[in-house]
Amino acid sequence: MNPVATFVGRVLAPGEASGSALRLDEPLSLWGGMDPVTGRLIDAHHPQHGALLTRRVLIMGAARGSSSSSSVLAEAVRAGTAPAAILLGEPELILAVGAAVADELYGLRVPIVVLRSEDLTQIADGAAVTIGEGGGLVRAVRASSEATNTP
Amino acid sequence: MLAGDAGAGTALAMRLVVRAAEVLGASRLIPISRAHVDACLYHGEATLDFATRLAEGDTHVAVPTSLNVGLVDLLHPELWRGDAGEAELGTRLMDAYRGLGCRPTFTCAPYQVPGARPSFGEQVAWAESNAIVFCNSVIGARTNRYGDFIDVACAVAGRVPDAGLHRADARRGQLLLRLGANVPTELLGDDSLYPVLGMVLGRRAGAAIAVLDGLPTGLSEDRLKALGAAAASSGSVALFHAVGSTPEAPTLDVAVGSNQPEATEQITLDELQEARRELTSAEGELPLRAVSIGTPHASFDELHRFAGLLGSSRPAPGVELVISTGRDVLEGAEERGIVARLHEAGVEILVDTCSYIAPVLRPGDGAVMTDSAKWAYYAPGNVGAEVVFGSIAECVASAVAGRVVRLPSAWDAA
Repeated sequence: MNPVATFVGRVLAPGEASGSALRLDEPLSLWGGMDPVTGRLIDAHHPQHGALLTRRVLIMGAARGSSSSSSVLAEAVRAGTAPAAILLGEPELILAVGAAVADELYGLRVPIVVLRSEDLTQIADGAAVTIGEGGGLVRAVRASSEATNTP
Repeated sequence: MLAGDAGAGTALAMRLVVRAAEVLGASRLIPISRAHVDACLYHGEATLDFATRLAEGDTHVAVPTSLNVGLVDLLHPELWRGDAGEAELGTRLMDAYRGLGCRPTFTCAPYQVPGARPSFGEQVAWAESNAIVFCNSVIGARTNRYGDFIDVACAVAGRVPDAGLHRADARRGQLLLRLGANVPTELLGDDSLYPVLGMVLGRRAGAAIAVLDGLPTGLSEDRLKALGAAAASSGSVALFHAVGSTPEAPTLDVAVGSNQPEATEQITLDELQEARRELTSAEGELPLRAVSIGTPHASFDELHRFAGLLGSSRPAPGVELVISTGRDVLEGAEERGIVARLHEAGVEILVDTCSYIAPVLRPGDGAVMTDSAKWAYYAPGNVGAEVVFGSIAECVASAVAGRVVRLPSAWDAA
């Protein structure tokens, strides 16, 4: 079987990026959930509290929470602590706007792409992910069965 | 507008609104009558850079626009305990939004501000998660879950994408929740049930529209506010219906419309007890260093009730007792003598910001007690506080006693 899977997504914020996948076990609000100074996950209620989000390809089934997440994402892009890209299971306006503003202000892009949930589950934590063609094509090392520990 | 003939800032706003329409899958824009903007809270240089870029070309909001909390209490700047340079940047951002023509309400509860509150059915662009859920659920005005930047972009454009909760057909309940039979009736009369129920609602619903059935009818706005603020913290709730209390749910049938929720989910007493326990992050018997109430910003009724509970008592030495409210509510409370009473008792009144956003609490060892699920949820990450969650009566009793006091309540019998 080809170990590399290629998915076509719906682009909410265009751009190209690569990085290692970080699967979030629960939805995350960037405001109250990410410190743009350190790039770490600071939501004390989140199971991955303390994880470094910088330059990772975040995989989130759903986003959550605060209106201020647009600001936190734009500030993280400016500060160089932002994730490389965000892959979502459903469209999310607040993150898309944060990425659009970072692009407008600094010309720096964090692609945000919606994949079908059955495609999203195939990308294992730590997989090498490349987002190309302006965001529409997502290539990932396919999860082997033992690497898939998320339901 | 898009081409920039109305100025570079207005063109930027329009580009963001068009992007939002693409994300939401809307094919047209519709006019709005007002906006509530959260982008005035400083989150670093990017937020000031955006405000500067937006202002280019003498940009002005096209509809009456209220402002959410900022970083600094502009009426009581002496309460700031952080870096002076950061306060200066936070103040500059708050001023920048005033410069666009926004009203300096600086509150997360614009629904408590005369003249800023929309009417049933009004199309608006509101940001701030608790304000969004209140606007949709309790007032029945229509907004999507707008965030920073797009909120003010819609205010400048005077338009929003015709999508989601702006459309009547997308506002019906999708998920039916009832309290389990083992939840004691007395608990329904306890204010502290509602923020806890909100935490459970947010977790169960995620972004879906839940219908709560079987609660007392005619729930107060303050209880619905606490419920919604919690639900928008633990989940992405933008609208819920409470049958017999919220305007789009006079009956269960109206609340669900043609949606037929597949099953009724029960909320068990165990789940409520667990959610209540989780709101307390402090472990063991920590000394009490502060009590923070008024998140979301206290209403006039809440200030009045709080003053009554405090009576002639004062917070114990070493315990800081802070209540947050909006400057417009404060003005009304001043006229009725409540503010003078609170100041005399040694209560700190904070406006324009919130004690889990701005460095206003005295640093020190020990726990902070609150009656707010939202405060309890965010303060450990935001300001590193060890939190104890309790009812408003327990918060007041604890502040006076100088230690965490638990009062007999319907939770015990449960």
